[in-house]
Amino acid sequence: MPIPSHLTSAAIAEFGREIEAIRNEVMDSRGERDARYIHRLIKVQRCMALSGRLVIYASLALLPQWGHAFAAWSTFWPAIALGTLMLGCAKILENMEIGHNISHAQWDWLRDPAIQSGSWEWDHVCPSDQWKHSHNVKHHTWTNVFGKDADVGGYGLLRMFSYQRWKPFNLFNPLWALLLAILFEWGIAIQELELGRVAKGRVTWASLRPMWLKTREKMLRQVLKDYILFPLLAGPLFLYVCGANAAANIIRNLWTYLIIFCGHFPMDVHTFTKAEVENETRPRWYIRQLLGSCNIGGGKLFHIMSGNLSHQIEHHLFPDMPSNRYPDVAPRVQALCVRYGLPYNTGSLSRQFGTTLLRIFRMSFPGHSTLLDGYPGKGSPA
Amino acid sequence: MTNVRAALTNLADMFAYPLRHSHYLELVNPLWTRHVLKARVEGVWDDTGDTRTLTLRPGRGWRDHRAGQFVRLGVPVDGKRHTRTYSISSAPSRADGCITVTVKAIDGGRVSQHLARKVKVGDYLPLGEPQGEFVLPDAMPVHPLFITAGSGITPVMSMLRGYLGEFDVIPDIAHMHYAPHALDVIFGAELRQVAASQPHYRLHSFFTRDGDSHFSAAQLEQSCPDWREREVWACGPAGLLDAVEAHWDQAGLARQLHVERFHAKEASPPADGVTRGKVFFMASQVEAPSDGATCLLRLAEDAGLNPPHGCRMGICHGCNTTLVSGCVRDTRTGALITEAGDTVQVCVCTAVGDAALAL
Repeated sequence: MPIPSHLTSAAIAEFGREIEAIRNEVMDSRGERDARYIHRLIKVQRCMALSGRLVIYASLALLPQWGHAFAAWSTFWPAIALGTLMLGCAKILENMEIGHNISHAQWDWLRDPAIQSGSWEWDHVCPSDQWKHSHNVKHHTWTNVFGKDADVGGYGLLRMFSYQRWKPFNLFNPLWALLLAILFEWGIAIQELELGRVAKGRVTWASLRPMWLKTREKMLRQVLKDYILFPLLAGPLFLYVCGANAAANIIRNLWTYLIIFCGHFPMDVHTFTKAEVENETRPRWYIRQLLGSCNIGGGKLFHIMSGNLSHQIEHHLFPDMPSNRYPDVAPRVQALCVRYGLPYNTGSLSRQFGTTLLRIFRMSFPGHSTLLDGYPGKGSPA
Repeated sequence: MTNVRAALTNLADMFAYPLRHSHYLELVNPLWTRHVLKARVEGVWDDTGDTRTLTLRPGRGWRDHRAGQFVRLGVPVDGKRHTRTYSISSAPSRADGCITVTVKAIDGGRVSQHLARKVKVGDYLPLGEPQGEFVLPDAMPVHPLFITAGSGITPVMSMLRGYLGEFDVIPDIAHMHYAPHALDVIFGAELRQVAASQPHYRLHSFFTRDGDSHFSAAQLEQSCPDWREREVWACGPAGLLDAVEAHWDQAGLARQLHVERFHAKEASPPADGVTRGKVFFMASQVEAPSDGATCLLRLAEDAGLNPPHGCRMGICHGCNTTLVSGCVRDTRTGALITEAGDTVQVCVCTAVGDAALAL
């Protein structure tokens, strides 16, 4: 969908000024309350990770083989499931509301050396500095621009928009999407390597080697921790712990995939061509961020568990604003959009993910979808 | 033994990866951490109307200070951490393992006001290692002359308390101390008590707003006629230290003088209208002229450097570096960044006058 053409350049510039006024006001008001939020959240997350792991070990005492009064499958499974869920939630918090946002420099202003964007390493198989390049630089600067933002191109794996050329490979779109969801952290880790370009011969494997060695080191350390060291503590019951940790990682993968796919793929989201963003001014960049992102409605806990990426629009307008401020800012941005006649794509989780699923299925087949991507030709990127 | 310990620590860190095991110990007690050093505020004591002594219990990894040394103390004000240096005022190796720092609330000084008024027992403050060369020699017996003014008494208090802990009768010490009024003397009662009970400790107090003059040669001759034979430790405001340094220079005895100065951490922005200046890139040892309008990233690139960068519009923070000195402006908000150690996004900041960056 093209940029709405009813706004004059002057109106767009004014919109940009108003967006910046909101940003400056919020950034100037950062203080004690925000610092307490992130410090407390980090504490809660670490306690939750620790207690999740402890519950997993404790649940092993309920295995039927021990023969005591409570030893039965019917007590064991709920107990280990609880521990796994706690660990999964801790990993979700670490990756989204903590790691992702710290890496965006949202908390650099605290000047706490322990939570700086330059040094934070997250609990994820992708090394933070590589992720910051593919995410902060490519995705956030070139949001939804085909050929620039790997995310909008379905991570080089999926066909997500009518403007992508259909290949027979796309017939299995839903299958690839499911696999990507289950293995999401691994997908993100190898995304930066852009293996597709190696296959096409545009870059040599040798030039990727230093980056690969770094990624491999991170992957090995993560695997060592979750699938070898912690399970070894359980001795002969190794496999139970290993399985629980794997399940926790998959819970995290599925949830992050769900939230992130709702950010840029629901119905009515806009995409752009390289030609459209040539000589783009900063106010136009704001408009593109607005049109290319989608919010998800929900309660306070939902927003925290989604790393406030449920406020994807605000996150893209103000990527380095502390995420706990997005809920306050969202109604102001939405009101501004009403005033300027700009769309503000927000909806329930079922609407946003439902239309994303629809997209995954529809794009398996060739052709243009007017329902999902509007009428072709009117400035469409194809 | 240390090898076994190191191996165990490494193993524990593998479990905690990508954090370290000490991040989890911190949950139980912030003083047990190894990745940062913190201190717990154990007590606060108002010495005078505007001066407060904080008793701090340093965490694991603290190495004992030498009398006269200072520490860097992190102070979160409105969430943002400021780092200031304070002389330790307690004697080294106190039995309870604590140290004290004595903070004077400076008018308009947000950090010192916060430390002297808001910090409470039970707070945890980030702490640095003890630093500084303003110390008494370990081996050589000396007959010191202390010249202090205002809160400049703090490192010397640590020395005095150190002596008192070590000797029943402390050696020959002359002490000239300046304060505005008698009531403003930090540790006033303790100093008077030492002067009364120690025969070789001679305290000369000067109250500069109650008729006494500031430091002068005549004053020195009168209070401490044998000053040429003494080694001198002086700490106080720049005015006093300049006068003391000039006097000892003139006498050709500068080698006997030890001076402790505390510099203001924030650069004052240059006068209105100053735009041009020089930008120095520390790591590259390259200097570039600035017109005050070109962003620092462009300046660096035009000077032949290739600093890391990403979006060039201030959103990705890939170009973050730190300010070493001087003043820069964030062109998006017009805000000035003046505090050394602050983060600078070079793609959206320009220099205001001269500046030095870590790049």
